[in-house]
Amino acid sequence: MRRSIQTLRVGYLVLTLAWPAAGVAAAEVREFMLDNGLKLIVQEDHRAPVVVSQVWYKVGSSYEHEGITGVSHALEHMMFQGTERHPAGEFSRLISASGGEENAFTGSDYTAYFQKMAKENLAVSFELEADRMRGLALPEQEFTKEIKVVMEERRLRTDDKPESLMAETAMAVAFETSPYRHPVIGWMHDLEAMTVADLRAWYERWYAPNNATLVVVGDVEPGAVFDLAKRFFGPLASATRPAPKPAREVAQKGPRRVTVREVARLPQLLMAYKVPVLTSAVANPAQIPRAEVFALEVLAELLSGGDSARLPRHLVREQEVAASANVGYNLGDRLESLFTLEAVPAEGRVLAALESALRREIERLRSEPAPAEEIDRVKARVIARKVFEQDSMFYQAMQIGFLESVGLDWRLKDQYLDAVKAVTAEEVRTVATKYLTDDRLTVAVLEPLPAPAAGGH
Amino acid sequence: MARRVWLFLALWPVVGFGLPKIETWNTANGARVYFVRAPELPMVDLRVAFDAGSARDQTQWGLAGLTNGMLAEGAGGLTAQTLSERFEATGAQFNNSSGREMASVGLRSLTESPYLERAVETLGLVLQKPDFPAEALERERKLMLTALKQREQEPAAIAEDRFMGVLYHGHPYGSPPHGSAKTLGALNRDDLLAHYRRYYCGRNAVIGLVGDLTRPQAASIAEKLVSALPEGAAAPPLPPAPKIVTPIEIHVLYPSSQTHIWVGRAGLTRLDPDYFPLYLGNHVLGGGGFISRLYKEVREKRGLSYSAYSYFQPMRVAGPFVAGLQTSFEQADQALSVMRETLMKFVADGPSATEMEASVKNIAGGFPLRIDSNDEVIEYLILIGFYGLPLDFLDTYVDRIRAVSLLNIGAAFKGRMDPPDLVTVTVGPKGKPPPGAPAPPLEPAPAGRHH
Repeated sequence: MRRSIQTLRVGYLVLTLAWPAAGVAAAEVREFMLDNGLKLIVQEDHRAPVVVSQVWYKVGSSYEHEGITGVSHALEHMMFQGTERHPAGEFSRLISASGGEENAFTGSDYTAYFQKMAKENLAVSFELEADRMRGLALPEQEFTKEIKVVMEERRLRTDDKPESLMAETAMAVAFETSPYRHPVIGWMHDLEAMTVADLRAWYERWYAPNNATLVVVGDVEPGAVFDLAKRFFGPLASATRPAPKPAREVAQKGPRRVTVREVARLPQLLMAYKVPVLTSAVANPAQIPRAEVFALEVLAELLSGGDSARLPRHLVREQEVAASANVGYNLGDRLESLFTLEAVPAEGRVLAALESALRREIERLRSEPAPAEEIDRVKARVIARKVFEQDSMFYQAMQIGFLESVGLDWRLKDQYLDAVKAVTAEEVRTVATKYLTDDRLTVAVLEPLPAPAAGGH
Repeated sequence: MARRVWLFLALWPVVGFGLPKIETWNTANGARVYFVRAPELPMVDLRVAFDAGSARDQTQWGLAGLTNGMLAEGAGGLTAQTLSERFEATGAQFNNSSGREMASVGLRSLTESPYLERAVETLGLVLQKPDFPAEALERERKLMLTALKQREQEPAAIAEDRFMGVLYHGHPYGSPPHGSAKTLGALNRDDLLAHYRRYYCGRNAVIGLVGDLTRPQAASIAEKLVSALPEGAAAPPLPPAPKIVTPIEIHVLYPSSQTHIWVGRAGLTRLDPDYFPLYLGNHVLGGGGFISRLYKEVREKRGLSYSAYSYFQPMRVAGPFVAGLQTSFEQADQALSVMRETLMKFVADGPSATEMEASVKNIAGGFPLRIDSNDEVIEYLILIGFYGLPLDFLDTYVDRIRAVSLLNIGAAFKGRMDPPDLVTVTVGPKGKPPPGAPAPPLEPAPAGRHH
């Protein structure tokens, strides 16, 4: 005990000397706009002769409605199934032959396609991405096969994973009207009823240069990348981008609770509070000061940002009530989102004890400001992580793409650090009091069912 | 016109990019150090790896994992909480892991003073002065039991565990890194201490450092991390992988919607003379992602699975060759047939010249991508050090891939895969009853079967 206090003080002294200088200067980033509305953002990184190229479309599952859930993701699959100029499979063959890595991912708020290549081959990526931005073929035969693949993907990622199934249910219960209630991969019955015509309509509606952001990070010269982008993407026609419908969540009027019973070995608990994100602060600065969003970020770190954080310390090591406990919060979501606490009870402990322990942590956040050294430790972690992140070109590009896709400015990624550093213990207490309340809460529990009959294991 | 542009560019050779310059030396107590100076970012990645994975567990399954997991749970008289606060007050990220062969601890830290010094000092305690406190041991044991249950609700993990258990039955690679409920329950503090004292020693260690350090700084850090460990001795060689003489098929009942399929056999060693032909051949077969044969046959042509792949996992002695997929249980038989036929046809006929050329282009052209971050470079340093690969492994990699011929691939695959004595494990809701060969037990055999 004594030793522990002493160590804390030493740690504090180190930090009060100065925070780490946050290492290197912000990387050189340039922004360009093509006449057709395609935005290009280039970040130089000359550590290796490599380039990452990502095309981000402002469309994802949060743009979908009931009946067509999963269409953004299904379309992402079909983007590899041929264009008018390149038949199915040729995209991947050409990227592979130039030594490239490629793939794509779909989220609630974006659909993104990427290649990582030796820098000499950036033009291969641009030529092919430009081609499929407006020239997708969407052959019926390929769709019939590919939608089966998507259903297998759903079985793999969700249906056969009790924890994913519980999270999916929790989202559907937490959100009544927000499109975040739909899973990104879509409900199975929507996938079963999906047609290639649904995909074609979606493609024509959202896939255009003026609804996309091209992000390039690597050993490149921004002006030359702009020239290359103009050559390949410049000829593409822009499209009328439909004004998005308001996709709002109605106000929650009390706590919600849902139980998922499924064959599993481990119970699990998810507590999800509705909280604002950066876009909420932009839209409504009077009621939601931007600082609140960063205070929520610090709050998440304080709870589970590292091994010394509160949940591992109190719930896993001291009370031994949790085997694991983690917080999730993404301040870069497009719509009002969730602050989640997800935990698995320790061997021999029950869900009710775990929930009480989590609620005590929340209560403490509301009643006591965090000690200065704890806040300092959070900041030291965040500052260092900003340096570590620069080891990954891909992650650098992701950050730019995320922000731009939800309508925020990529420059926020460089303001993030100062905003986090400015957060005070009192601000953290304030957001805990304001947002981590029962009226905003959904609790989901996974109650394991035994496997029917004796399995072979 | 655009089309011609890319064709031209795609033909540009990738030459003369900066490969990491590896420096190597030994610490005073015999640990091998591998260092790459990377001054671009003010950070360092470092890792100390030991030949101390579950292959050293004998009948005490889970011992290596529990020992490794306990290192940061109390050291030098400091609690787990204090240790983690010490790391995190400097922004450093501590990591540890324990697999079948290797157990390691590591750190990602800023190089700015005094943050690095403090993080290294704390890692030194974790590595050299672990206390293995009794109450933390009980907690870590319970955490491992929870992790076991987690695996038991994942069809993919059930398939992997069963596959490795059957393929390496009676061999050190057959010991599951996460243990079993029975063996974990029997482990005590003395067992952990014995494992730690035997295997966490200089001659059994490899240290990798990548970052903004000078060589003298790197040398000083390496000494600080391990100088208090005894010199000891390298872990003894492992017995050769067992021979599967007849095909084995096992079905594990699990109420999932998909059946997970693992097919394979013992494959190759890290220093195998056929490493390059087998690696290149498998790139065509199932390692090359979207262009591989398995992917095309299973997914692109038939829509049977989200993923379909094959890989060789090279280890000290022959590690597994695995081909895998997951599919709705109703079509599991069809998918398994497609996979086996694809495999057998490949073993019989090898790749076409076009396929081989496409894979060579991907591997050669994509080589700079593999080593473009400190994160990746340290993986290679540990790999080279742990398995005793030549120091020019990275420098000569592309040339050695290019030197492989169709004949080399054909001969190498025939040598490894003929006769097709494959182990097949399926996990899913229904299926054929397991034919013939009985499934080996899931608990360790009596003590003393190997050492």
